[in-house]
Amino acid sequence: MDLLRFTTAGSVDDGKSTLIGRLLYDSKNIFEDQLEAVEVSSRKRGDENVNLALLTDGLRAEREQGITIDVAYRYFATPRRKFIIADTPGHIQYTRNMVTGASTANLAIILVDARKGVIEQTCRHAFIANLLRIQHVVVAVNKMDLVDYNQESYDEIVRSFSDFASRLDNIVEVTFIPISALRGDNVVEKSENMPWFEGPPLLYHLETVYLGSDDNHVDARFPVQWVIRPQSDRFHDFRGYAGRVAGGVFKPGDEVMVLPSGFSSRIRSIETYEGAVEEAFSPLSVAVTLEDEIDISRGDMIVKPNNPPKSGQDIEAMICWFSERKMAPRGKYILRHTTKEVKAIVKEVRYKVNINTLHKIEDDLEFTLNDIGRIALRTSSALFYDSYRRNRNTGSFVLIDEQANETVAAGMIV
Amino acid sequence: MLSYKVNHLKQLEAEAIYVLRETAAQFEHPALLFSGGKDSILMAHLARKAFHPAKLPFPLLHVDTGHNFPETLDYRDRYVQEAGARLIVGLVQDSIDKGRVTEESGANASRNALQTVTLLDAIEEHGFDACLGGGRRDEEKARAKERFFSHRNDFGEWDPKNQRPELWNIFNGRRQHGEHFRVFPLSNWTEMDVWQYIKLEEIELPSLYFAHRRRVLARGNTLLAESEHVEAGEGEEAEEKTVRFRTIGDMTCTGAVESGADNVEKIIQEVAAARQTERGTRADDRRSETAMEDRKKEGYF
Ligand SMILES: Nc1nc2c(ncn2[C@@H]2O[C@H](COP(=O)(O)OP(=O)(O)O)[C@@H](O)[C@H]2O)c(=O)[nH]1
Repeated sequence: MDLLRFTTAGSVDDGKSTLIGRLLYDSKNIFEDQLEAVEVSSRKRGDENVNLALLTDGLRAEREQGITIDVAYRYFATPRRKFIIADTPGHIQYTRNMVTGASTANLAIILVDARKGVIEQTCRHAFIANLLRIQHVVVAVNKMDLVDYNQESYDEIVRSFSDFASRLDNIVEVTFIPISALRGDNVVEKSENMPWFEGPPLLYHLETVYLGSDDNHVDARFPVQWVIRPQSDRFHDFRGYAGRVAGGVFKPGDEVMVLPSGFSSRIRSIETYEGAVEEAFSPLSVAVTLEDEIDISRGDMIVKPNNPPKSGQDIEAMICWFSERKMAPRGKYILRHTTKEVKAIVKEVRYKVNINTLHKIEDDLEFTLNDIGRIALRTSSALFYDSYRRNRNTGSFVLIDEQANETVAAGMIV
Repeated sequence: MLSYKVNHLKQLEAEAIYVLRETAAQFEHPALLFSGGKDSILMAHLARKAFHPAKLPFPLLHVDTGHNFPETLDYRDRYVQEAGARLIVGLVQDSIDKGRVTEESGANASRNALQTVTLLDAIEEHGFDACLGGGRRDEEKARAKERFFSHRNDFGEWDPKNQRPELWNIFNGRRQHGEHFRVFPLSNWTEMDVWQYIKLEEIELPSLYFAHRRRVLARGNTLLAESEHVEAGEGEEAEEKTVRFRTIGDMTCTGAVESGADNVEKIIQEVAAARQTERGTRADDRRSETAMEDRKKEGYF
């Protein structure tokens, strides 16, 4: 069984919670006691039907306000796949939460209210999916029951979304599905109310969408996380470089180079608890041993000499600002990239993006909460990186406030 | 490219190992919370994988309510021996004796809530800056928003509204003196994943998880094991039944379910058909609908 991680975005009241509740419920991933609790709450609130949206409402504050904040992770499985949902709120003030949810997703479901059509928020959600390099997008046109399951409203949404999405170059595939989350049309079962729609229902699409190209299996990258040195007689000389493959494929005998030292060696073995293995690729966690004794520590990267990453101290990146505190002009931050931590200074803000219109903003360059834009950074020592487009693991970083230790920004290297 | 497909258990394993190694690397004094329950056993198993062939670079920490099933303690001691691990035990009884906490009284008295204080005391005494916990996001609503690296303030409290964002697989474990982290390597595992993996890896579990004959008391919606800590109240009568436990904790609040599942295979079938969440059998969550969230804010695991 494989694993699909997806994120959901929608404006308040588009029916996101109902849809997730429906997916969990119809795929029989809801337990009796959970359902009972929701029935009780629904009755207390005076809701007419059992409110499936309550299944996904986590924290007290949200229950009180009746909206989803933060990112909540949900799980369900069908015989075909296991799914992890990053459930995020859709309002602009939660852009950072959407960015967070999108960072680990392979697919994004964007909800559109059939009555409202493609609105500013829809474009924002698509922009974020694209920025975080989610290659598969599903536009779920919801509340079809409220437009009499009418094909024209749907077609109009397909047209205007496609128009907009043609400008988003990371998205490989957009799939449109007309649904009613409340009534269940085209969620798990194919709807009889929309015979004009020929595609499969949402769940079937989620179960079958092809995910092969999401991990990079071309450029070999192994950030060293931890050095394993057993203090035992039996493994006296053992030195294993532990880490998770961030890209490409490694095999025993491969010629490798260690950065930043530039020393080269060969892979002697790739070790796991079960014994040595013949290859390691992303996203597996292994330990590598080398033929030669080289001084290697956390933060170093093992690569192949014929295909090294970019290296340097000047980084251009798109960032999303996460903090209530503004970015300081020429601000200094801690930058965390793979397993490495360096200092970084913001050299220049190139522009910000109005994420509703996708226009560049060049007159107001101050980053405040939820702002997205492009900056130039200089780091205290060289980073070994790829563009985020090429590799999500070696192309991403976060900025951390040195005093508060707070994560203030997420960055994608251009 | 097809050969580079990795199934969901392997992906979860790789992720958990990554998180365990990050914890060892980013913290000076981590500890792994070991209760003898299946999630903590799984976590310890993954930790052994993460640092193999070296020993665990951190101790196991058991917060002992003094109301443990003897089977759990047996298992714990054997496990520690076999893994060559270091074990630290924090006793709730000590916290009671020191007057740090007061024992609940009455029919539903439980030491579950008191564990929090003992845990925080142990963290302070040993200077732990990270505690690895077996919590999973699918267990309970409040946990759905828990981070892998979950920050706790000076008082050990969790602030759900002010959590650090976690993107990709970059974890920020930076902290001020006195603050600590709870780290949850199994965040993305579901109960089903845990059981499937236990089967795949042939991980040994305490016998409590498997169907056995036992005298139990029906109390509320749960069946509690009769013991010196749980005695029949008025109108209650213990009965012998074939039961097993879906979670293992304090005897006073861990409910059994009637079940004939006496091996992992049968448990998986049972989980697949289950009509109650695991925590549905835990008396401590039923006190109010947001019980878990309230306890977590105070520093519960
Ligand atoms: N008629 C109809 N109502 C829906 C549908 N989906 C959601 N709703 C209703 O729209 C409202 C908002 O839904 P909710 O799931 O809470 O939206 P969220 O804010 O996006 O999570 C609720 O009253 C739902 O019952 C649908 O497909 N058809």
